[in-house]
Amino acid sequence: MREVGRQPLRHFLGVEGLSRETLTEILDTAEGFMAFGSRAVKKVPLLRGRTIVNLFFEPSTRTRTTFDLAAKRLSADVLNLNVEASSTRKGESLLDTLWTLQAMNCDMFIVRHGLSGAAAFIAAHVAPGVRVINAGDGRHEHPTQAMLDCATIRRHKGRFEGLSVAIVGDIAHSRVARSGIHALRTLGVEDLRVVGPKTLIPVGIEELGVSVYHVLERGLEGVDVICGLRLQQERMQGALLPSAAEYYRCYGLTPERVARAKPDAIVLHPGPINRGVEIESQVADGPQSTILEQVNIGIAVRMAIMSLAMGSNAGLAEDA
Amino acid sequence: MNRLISIRGGRVVDPANGIDRLLDLHLVDGRIASLGAAPAGAGGAEEIDASGCLVMPGVVDLSVRTCEPGAEHKATIASELAAAARAGVTTICIPPDTRPILDTPAVVELIHARTEAAALARVVCLGALTRKLEGAVLAEMAALAHIGCVGVSNARAPIESTAVQRRAFEYAANFGLTVFIQAEDPWLAAEGAAHEGAVATRLGIPGIPETAETIALARDLLLIEQTGVRAHFGRLSTAQGVRLVTAARRRGLRVTSDVSLQHLELTEHDLEGYCVHRHLRPPLRSRADRDGLRRGVARGLIDAICSDHEPQDRDAKAAPFAASEPGASALETLLPLTLSLVREGVLPLGMAVAALTSRPAGILGLPVGHLGVGAPADVCVFDPAVEWVVSAASLVSNGKNSPFLGRTVSGAVRCTLLGGRVVYHS
Repeated sequence: MREVGRQPLRHFLGVEGLSRETLTEILDTAEGFMAFGSRAVKKVPLLRGRTIVNLFFEPSTRTRTTFDLAAKRLSADVLNLNVEASSTRKGESLLDTLWTLQAMNCDMFIVRHGLSGAAAFIAAHVAPGVRVINAGDGRHEHPTQAMLDCATIRRHKGRFEGLSVAIVGDIAHSRVARSGIHALRTLGVEDLRVVGPKTLIPVGIEELGVSVYHVLERGLEGVDVICGLRLQQERMQGALLPSAAEYYRCYGLTPERVARAKPDAIVLHPGPINRGVEIESQVADGPQSTILEQVNIGIAVRMAIMSLAMGSNAGLAEDA
Repeated sequence: MNRLISIRGGRVVDPANGIDRLLDLHLVDGRIASLGAAPAGAGGAEEIDASGCLVMPGVVDLSVRTCEPGAEHKATIASELAAAARAGVTTICIPPDTRPILDTPAVVELIHARTEAAALARVVCLGALTRKLEGAVLAEMAALAHIGCVGVSNARAPIESTAVQRRAFEYAANFGLTVFIQAEDPWLAAEGAAHEGAVATRLGIPGIPETAETIALARDLLLIEQTGVRAHFGRLSTAQGVRLVTAARRRGLRVTSDVSLQHLELTEHDLEGYCVHRHLRPPLRSRADRDGLRRGVARGLIDAICSDHEPQDRDAKAAPFAASEPGASALETLLPLTLSLVREGVLPLGMAVAALTSRPAGILGLPVGHLGVGAPADVCVFDPAVEWVVSAASLVSNGKNSPFLGRTVSGAVRCTLLGGRVVYHS
């Protein structure tokens, strides 16, 4: 988000507006943490004594557990709050919840919320010194997911310039797509495509620097990277799509379709996957898939972002 | 002869009477007595110095929500009429979405009583078109008209059934009532909170397409044609909507329209950073739409400019964008920002003042909005040289939810007279 671009990195609310240098620093820092996972002792004391709250207003398994693990590997104390199931149901406002938690002197909030702009809203209301990291706000951004996708791409391709990348699926409702578009464009991807039926491609998405494809086979032609998106259950039937089966027939990632991409193309997916809806098992479990690798990279990327935001690594304060 | 008030040395702008020149304006017994020379035999004059100022009819605002009855923790009739007086607004029209809904004479009586107690502006009400605004059963329109409602409206609650819409229009036409419409198709608007376009896409805010307005408009226009009802479309937000209303007028339909100043001033691009004070309904739209609305006012195709004033308290706005309540505290910025558009060459002065005074008065069927001899002496003396900053502290309204917070505004009201009585003086 803009706030980050203008000030020393305090919150990590979105990728939009961050410089290529900042994104590269996150990727470089994450690279340093990647080896940790295979060590016997997986902890570093960078955030010892800090309290981090996972504040999730929407259910999540993967993102929350990787944030949880990342924080623990940085030696922080972690509090996991599934707010969906607790106080806001009783009519407590978002701000009341926030202030109650703040009274416990937490250092960082990892926030997921169903409304776009919620992370920015929370960041605008926390005490000075408290950090906010966006773990997904509505359809807006999911910046740590985008950074882990970029880290995965860089590991395999070694660069961003000259790559062709296709993001496939429900672009309209996807925060992963928006953050991914900002990150990949900033890092130098010129041929960035979004692929999906008209009902799932939002108006004006071209202005973010992407080209729109409605035919999957054409959208995958010659690309280096395919980013699949999860299709939410509630979109599979109704006025957006007739059925999961028809979606699979037209937009499912099958081996035949993936073969249209470059032979060494990789297939990313943020998970959890719907087998036989947006992706066929043969692709999801095949040699080109990076889906499981992304989970591990996700921990390193989240460690990098948390430590940078807490100021435990110098240098991210690009405009300070 | 009774007390004389002379407003001296100002530039009198009275589009309804074709006047725009330096003149003294004289008021006697709460009415306009003469322009130029003081009326014969008048004595004991009170003088108001208007040198360097515009002297114009008090503003007639077609849409002001006072939050009373129903949400007095946000604002009251007394608090908002004080804001109106400060804003040079001497007549306001209240839409029927009060709590309880303005569908019985009792609610109108309560509003009239509070208005008389405040004695700071004239207040007229729109009665509900359907009971509880539910779009199912017609409201008792004859009773509402009898108690003084100047028209009927379903406010921002769209009537889903075209059959009910048709009968409601017919019934309103039967009593010669104007139907006030804010056109929005409920299915296309759905859970949207911003104009469907590149900005909403980037910010991830669910969109409201242009067609939410134009489809509802087109449907309503056909029913207006069929039923012969007189109709007013409030808060147009799209250039295409202006074209539809204009085309209908050309084929002889009795339709008028207005736009909020916010929609003449701001666009979807002003939502950056999820500015909740710019969460409006209808939403702020594209630059092309804003320019189309501006042209519409400049050419007289849009009749009136209103504030669409809607005070909100902090809690109502303290939420992520889509969960915040829409609405702007806008009474006090209406006149200065409209006249800024004149200074920028966007609107001709006469057209702008007419859109704030005589033309909305005509839509409401009221004898105000002009400075003709014998008219009620509702006068606004506006000093274009004063600069002020819009802030929670500088707004008189209880609603601090201005979309223009922090902006330096040129021009402020020096003096407002209601029926010849000074209700505000800076």
